[in-house]
Amino acid sequence: MERSFFARNPSVMIFIGMLGLFTLAITVMSEAYGTSAISTSLVKTLGMTLCLCLIALAMDLVWGYCGILSLGHFAFFGLGGYMIGMWIMYARTEAVIVTSLANAPLPPTPTELNDAIAVQIFGVVGGDSFPWMWAFSHSLTLQLMLVVLVPGLLALVFGWLAFRSRVTGVYLSILTQAMTLALSLYLFQNDTGLRGNNGLSGLQNIPGAEDIPQAVTSIWLLWASALALGLGYIAAAWIMSGKFGNVIRGIRDDEPRVRFLGYSVEGYKLFVFTVSAVIAGLAGALYYPQAGIINPDEIAPIASIYLAVWVAIGGRGRLYGAVIGAATVSLLSTWFTGGRAPDVNLGFYNIQWVDWWTVLLGLGFVLVTLFAPKGLGGLIDFVIRKDRA
Amino acid sequence: MRNFLAAALIALGLLALPVPIVAQDTDDPLQALLQENAALVANASRQTVQTVLDALIASDLPTVPAFLARWQARDVYQRSSDGLFVLVEDEDADPLTLLTLSTGQVVGTATSRELDHLRPNRGVQDLIGAALVQFQLGADDPAERTRALDNIARTPAASHLPMIADMVANETDPALRDTAQWLLTRLSISYGQDDAVRVSAIESLSGDLRVEARAALNPLLTTRTRVAETLPDNINIARVLTPGSDALSMTDAYAMLVDAGLAPPRVTATARRDALIANISDGFVGGAPVHTLETDAARMDAYDALVVAGLAPPTISDAEAATVIAAHVFFEQYNEASAIVTTAAADTVAAINARVTALEMVDLSLDGLSLASIYFLAAIGLAITFGVMGVINMAHGEFIMMGAYTGYLVQSLVPDYTVSIIIALPLAFAVTFGAGVAMERSIIRWLYHRPLETLLATFGISIALQQIVRQIFGAQARPFTPPDWLAGSLDFNDVVSISYIRIAIFGLGVIFFIVLWLILNKTRLGLEVRAVTQNPAMAASMGINPDRINMLTFGLGSGIAGIAGVAIGLFAQVTPELGTNYIVQSFMTVVVGGVGNIFGTLAGAGMIGFFQKGVEWLNPSNTLAAQTYMILFVILFIQFRPKGIIALKGRAAEM
Repeated sequence: MERSFFARNPSVMIFIGMLGLFTLAITVMSEAYGTSAISTSLVKTLGMTLCLCLIALAMDLVWGYCGILSLGHFAFFGLGGYMIGMWIMYARTEAVIVTSLANAPLPPTPTELNDAIAVQIFGVVGGDSFPWMWAFSHSLTLQLMLVVLVPGLLALVFGWLAFRSRVTGVYLSILTQAMTLALSLYLFQNDTGLRGNNGLSGLQNIPGAEDIPQAVTSIWLLWASALALGLGYIAAAWIMSGKFGNVIRGIRDDEPRVRFLGYSVEGYKLFVFTVSAVIAGLAGALYYPQAGIINPDEIAPIASIYLAVWVAIGGRGRLYGAVIGAATVSLLSTWFTGGRAPDVNLGFYNIQWVDWWTVLLGLGFVLVTLFAPKGLGGLIDFVIRKDRA
Repeated sequence: MRNFLAAALIALGLLALPVPIVAQDTDDPLQALLQENAALVANASRQTVQTVLDALIASDLPTVPAFLARWQARDVYQRSSDGLFVLVEDEDADPLTLLTLSTGQVVGTATSRELDHLRPNRGVQDLIGAALVQFQLGADDPAERTRALDNIARTPAASHLPMIADMVANETDPALRDTAQWLLTRLSISYGQDDAVRVSAIESLSGDLRVEARAALNPLLTTRTRVAETLPDNINIARVLTPGSDALSMTDAYAMLVDAGLAPPRVTATARRDALIANISDGFVGGAPVHTLETDAARMDAYDALVVAGLAPPTISDAEAATVIAAHVFFEQYNEASAIVTTAAADTVAAINARVTALEMVDLSLDGLSLASIYFLAAIGLAITFGVMGVINMAHGEFIMMGAYTGYLVQSLVPDYTVSIIIALPLAFAVTFGAGVAMERSIIRWLYHRPLETLLATFGISIALQQIVRQIFGAQARPFTPPDWLAGSLDFNDVVSISYIRIAIFGLGVIFFIVLWLILNKTRLGLEVRAVTQNPAMAASMGINPDRINMLTFGLGSGIAGIAGVAIGLFAQVTPELGTNYIVQSFMTVVVGGVGNIFGTLAGAGMIGFFQKGVEWLNPSNTLAAQTYMILFVILFIQFRPKGIIALKGRAAEM
């Protein structure tokens, strides 16, 4: 019983080790700090993939461990992205405006500065002043707090309402899907304060780092993403390893029985759901500075369904499964849709993967669901059992 | 040939020279009449031309209308040499060939210098037009009379009033008389000889739903905002405005005072900034270094220094502005002078608006009903596969899409729109029934005990189907046109109307509902379906083959989605994404209504449809907001009734 947390969970050490090696390898091959073997855009793709792995981890917490199939996790992811995006847009626009007003005959007053920034940001949707939700956008600290608070609060309120009235299973899935649809429709409106369907753009230009080349900032963000993924993995493994984790798994397997044993099922579910939403928000906050743009389309229900599919393909109920699924499917998608996959000529028809990849992916979901319900992570069981035998 | 003709004509003219040319046309009484008033005709002005027009009309000559039309069209010329009024054969010819007014006979030629072109100005043209209208109104040809009424409707004038009154009394064509009556009302409102006539015309419009009725009344109620030191008497005041209220902000009130010359303009932030910039010298302005002027307070101080130095106009504080504003009275004045008329108009407009609002509620209910039937159609198949069987079929939307594409394909083979729809409906059922059965046999039957995983597998099918359709038909919308008898709309009045296609969709929804209810409750198949969904093992031991029943039920739900797809394809764009737009709403419809029963789906569709239309009515410009609120409403609703509007009780609920 006195064995350390890491000894009890060998997969954590293995995972952290592999993540560290991966990060080191990318750094050594990067344009900024190494041999330039891989391009900056690939570094960004890999960094974004790490963020997707992190949200897959969050998804696995609620679905794989607690049995709540959330089809709205990208709402939290997107909100995290919007929160950090607001600071980036504000700070970057402020820098541009200050520079352009530097040669004005009179130094600008705070009001003039603020108005000019507002016009610059909201001119595209016909606005000229800051909506209330931008009240903290000048401060990185406050916006970083919002990255955690906003998705967390949304999950807390939504979860409290849903779990309290015992909405479970498919109904909960449909409700979460409705939540993310409502949020994306709300953000699509031009007058709701986040620039409607234009979204927030230019997020790859980190304020205060204008003079540092993208090659370097992209590596920094990759490091940050890797760090977040590593910490998230340890935290998730830690939460799920003890007695608390057993209760959570118990809820997944037989909710009424856990309730009859005297546990506050709703409280446990709410905690896991909220923690998961916060992790998703953090993942989004790291993802969008690498993607460069966020718009309401990112929050559309289909993104969250894909997330569930990644976790299912990777193998839910095991943290590395979620990571494997997200990394495999999203990297394969990038490769196939990027036009780099070779065409297959069938003689009578030339299969171009840019078009047919989606079909392959869809059929892949079906096959994995039917024949490999444990997902790709299940293959690892196979290997380990062989060793023990 | 033309030149030869012209030469011949000139020769003719030369031959005729000895005879005074005037004499050629003076036997025409019209020409004679015009010569009597030659000065007034040639230099017609708005003030004087009426006497000529009166004389012409009084003469009762048959040639007068044609002449007036030419005159108004600036076709009449006067020969300088003898003052004869003529027409010309071809305006661009040189020399011009002159024709008599009445008979059109050639009376000679002249160069353009020898002629004065009569160019009646706009005011004169209008007066001629008014005079002309009475001839057109009396014309034998109804088309001519219609044209005259149209002309009056376009440019109504007081002078038309008696003519229209005559026409209303004498017109035999009922349609024309109605038009004339309507014009008479409009003219009486604007130009009635006294307030009583105008008020009775206004009141006759009470309850008239036409937009034109409101358009005729609203000009009476236009106001202009004015400012004065005391409220003037003897004018028709709509209301007195309080500065600082919603109707008139303090800023606007002060701006009115400035416009009226009752107060000096205030110094705006921009003006202050410009004044400061204009007075910068050696990095200082108003005694302060320029770089310190980065707050509003610092700028104020520097500006005050400029004022003291006499370099800028003084600022007016808010308190001073408020004092000036308080010393004046602001009010809205009706452009119409008569208070009796404006009161009557305001009452009538209020009555019309009340009626319009009431009817808009009716129209809104019809809209809600038709939206509800669309949701019902989209969701009814799902009510079977998800509601009865508990299978989450994410490919349901793609079945709807396949139905719509079936319609498109049939229509591209069968050109007759009516026939193609009659073929498409059963064919779409067959296609999606087949697709549903194939999917159930190959995928879903392995997953009955893992409902959340059917979601993933069917989602895979969904994106694959969508992409395959995109590969075959392309991403752009395909045409699927309703037949003509479904175009158009049923108009009850100017406010309430419903398009035939929506009625058809409503009818289809009703048919679906009845047929499904009969199948599920009155047939052997329905009995077996209910038995299998409640307890498959028990049903199997009673001799029912659950595999067969599941297959048929899923096929039925899918087939219905296909028929719904044909109906939806008639009004929506047929694209590969067609189904995606309906899938989330369909699931919500089923969940809100209550799973496992088609009455629930009906109730869910009704509630969602009416709620969404209701929100749209409150905020008509924003359908996105309506959808957002609708979804929020559904999320909240589920908190309070997790089992939906119509919850199953007892064993049936424990599937």
